[in-house]
Amino acid sequence: MDRKSDDRSALAIPRRNARGVEFGPQETPMPMSGKAGLVTRRQFVAAGALGGAAMAVGCAPGKHGNWEFLSEDQARTLAAICDRIIPADDFPSASQAGVLTYIDRQLIRHFRRHQDAYRSGLEQAQAMSRKRFGQDLSALSQQEQFEIVSDLSEQNGAFFELVRGHTLEGYYGSPRHGGNRDAVSWRMLGLPEPPPLGRAQYDLRKGSPS
Amino acid sequence: MKRVNAVVVGAGAAGGIVAKELAVAGLSVVLLERGKWYTAYDCRKDDLSNQRTTVLGNAFGPEDEGNPRVWVDPRGAAHTVLPSEGSYQNDAACVGGGTLSYGAQAWRYLPQDFRMRSTYGAPAGSSLEDWPISYDDLEPFYEKAEYEIGVSGDYSGTPFHGPRRRPLPMPPLPPGREFAILEPAAKRLGLHPFHIPMARNSVPYNGRGPCMRCRWCCGFACEVDAKNGSQNTVIPIALNTGNCELRTECMAGEILTDERGRARGVSYFDARGRLQEQPSDLVVVSGCATESARLLLNSKSRLFPEGLGNRHDQVGRHLQGHHYTGAVGYFDFETYDDVGPGATIAITDYNHGTPGLCGGGMLANEFIRLPIHMIDRLPAKTPRWGVGHKQAMRDWHKRSIVIMGPTQQIPTAEGRVTLDPTVRDKWGLPVVRLSGNVHPHTFEIGEVQAKRAEAWLKEAGAIDTSLMSYKAELVSAGQHQAGTCRMGSDPRSSVVDRNCRIHDVDNVFVIDSSVHVTNGGFNPVLTIMAIAYFASGELVRNWKGTGFRS
Repeated sequence: MDRKSDDRSALAIPRRNARGVEFGPQETPMPMSGKAGLVTRRQFVAAGALGGAAMAVGCAPGKHGNWEFLSEDQARTLAAICDRIIPADDFPSASQAGVLTYIDRQLIRHFRRHQDAYRSGLEQAQAMSRKRFGQDLSALSQQEQFEIVSDLSEQNGAFFELVRGHTLEGYYGSPRHGGNRDAVSWRMLGLPEPPPLGRAQYDLRKGSPS
Repeated sequence: MKRVNAVVVGAGAAGGIVAKELAVAGLSVVLLERGKWYTAYDCRKDDLSNQRTTVLGNAFGPEDEGNPRVWVDPRGAAHTVLPSEGSYQNDAACVGGGTLSYGAQAWRYLPQDFRMRSTYGAPAGSSLEDWPISYDDLEPFYEKAEYEIGVSGDYSGTPFHGPRRRPLPMPPLPPGREFAILEPAAKRLGLHPFHIPMARNSVPYNGRGPCMRCRWCCGFACEVDAKNGSQNTVIPIALNTGNCELRTECMAGEILTDERGRARGVSYFDARGRLQEQPSDLVVVSGCATESARLLLNSKSRLFPEGLGNRHDQVGRHLQGHHYTGAVGYFDFETYDDVGPGATIAITDYNHGTPGLCGGGMLANEFIRLPIHMIDRLPAKTPRWGVGHKQAMRDWHKRSIVIMGPTQQIPTAEGRVTLDPTVRDKWGLPVVRLSGNVHPHTFEIGEVQAKRAEAWLKEAGAIDTSLMSYKAELVSAGQHQAGTCRMGSDPRSSVVDRNCRIHDVDNVFVIDSSVHVTNGGFNPVLTIMAIAYFASGELVRNWKGTGFRS
């Protein structure tokens, strides 16, 4: 199934910008020179086409648009896998909490050595989905996705374990790396956010608390 | 470059103490450290990039770029590994070494730990051996380390410790909730629980404040500088004498020798990558077990074609660390109190004396866990992914206790560090190649220890448990690495003598965990520090001007 890369209905991942406003994955805010506020990718690309200066000043977009490493197709497939590893319930799913941002960011940094595994693993997942259900993985029902991801974990255990580890790290790790947005997993576990640093809890002049 | 009395390679637990002892005694010292000097402001509290969880790299070095090692698996396949990967067996590369970011358990080994072969006999295929020094030889230096570095705790709850002349200088931190749950349970089992000795201020000490009890401790630098390492104790004293110069981001490449086979200095790459030579009267190697062995092996010359101190092919052998096993207990009430530093209670009842086992190890509750640590520590029946895993995280993160401990490893001659024939680091130096393993009896002991941890948790009310026991495919050498330059009286089976001087050359010393003959069933740092005080004392006593008294 061929999708235009700016078809935002395919992947309705709510995201939240700094002001708490939800926006889709195609509308990742990017700072623009001179103008206050945030713009969508489409506006950004249009602006870039009008004047190259904007590109030079703002943070340069990745070669694939919103993502630094992933293509839009890869991102949709990966989101489907991540969201079976950590599905939404009363608390957000992996992709809703920003796990894709975490993985994508690291794929051109600390996870560079896993680029090939991601490329071929995502391709394999997509092929399995098309073969069995005739559709993209991201277009399947949750149950169908679950079946494909289960098969993937058996047929390519190395790739599945890689994604599983990265997904759980991104979701339960520090929000500074793009996953666990707004420390959502820490709050889910009942941990105070921000974590008590001691300074807030204890008076250092009196020695250790008892 | 101006000649100095001593070059000390490595500013970690041992190197910092050696530099301080020599500088205070009036020797001129250059202290070389390949890493940077971090401060409390570099704490960062990043649960994905620290020295304990390294999925995004080590916080305090070495960095993944340009510092590879090679690990040979049991099937003989060689893998090039990065510092952030487990099989690399990393120890931090920075001023303070591991002591900047450690959990800071500051144990004395037990008297039997220095006499393992006499106590148990060496299992076939092992290289279990006695130390040439005893607990009594080290006792005054353990005490010196406890007072100069600063240790809090209370041994009064246990009879299982060596004789000591003075109590610890600081009382323990007040007990947390896990202590309150585990202490009565251990007593009901007839065990002797007590407060873990920690190189951490519980009260103001040495001009710095007490622990603020945050939960980001083991693996992180201390934000309020209450954790005591060489970087905030002995190294500042060394620098204050005016006799010691610390050079950071300087990587030692080779110990240089003259035509008579004596060391004449150290060549190193400075922070800008330029090759420098520092002439000196003596050289002390304190780079930790893997890197100290590498430096000696890389110091080849006409007289030492196989590396310095390696005439009998002993450098790099007997590599050991600790085999960590234990259990997770799951409770139907909250065990989590959000108060650091975490590990608070230990037993040493099981270190020795079990019929059929060559030793054992200390058991303690785990350093406080962050959510990231809980991912693979859920009950055995938990799905590994999906909504069941997510629910289990919610169910158990605040209702679980981990007990684990360092099983003393039985070393072998085949568990070793050599130089890789092809892989080079960013300075062009041959890198560490790790191969072999410890004696398999180690894993039998570890299994028994895990079941003991489980029994303790069950007695404490755990409604479910899961064992953390496994047979490692590689020698566990990481932050507890030891053994590669064994101390002994026979030059054919050891590298250094009882004073840490290498048998071959009278002005080269190895002073760090490399000299440990065996590694105790405890975190090794206080023993590393005690040996550093002991060996520096002997060195200074024999020093006269520009050479040694004969």
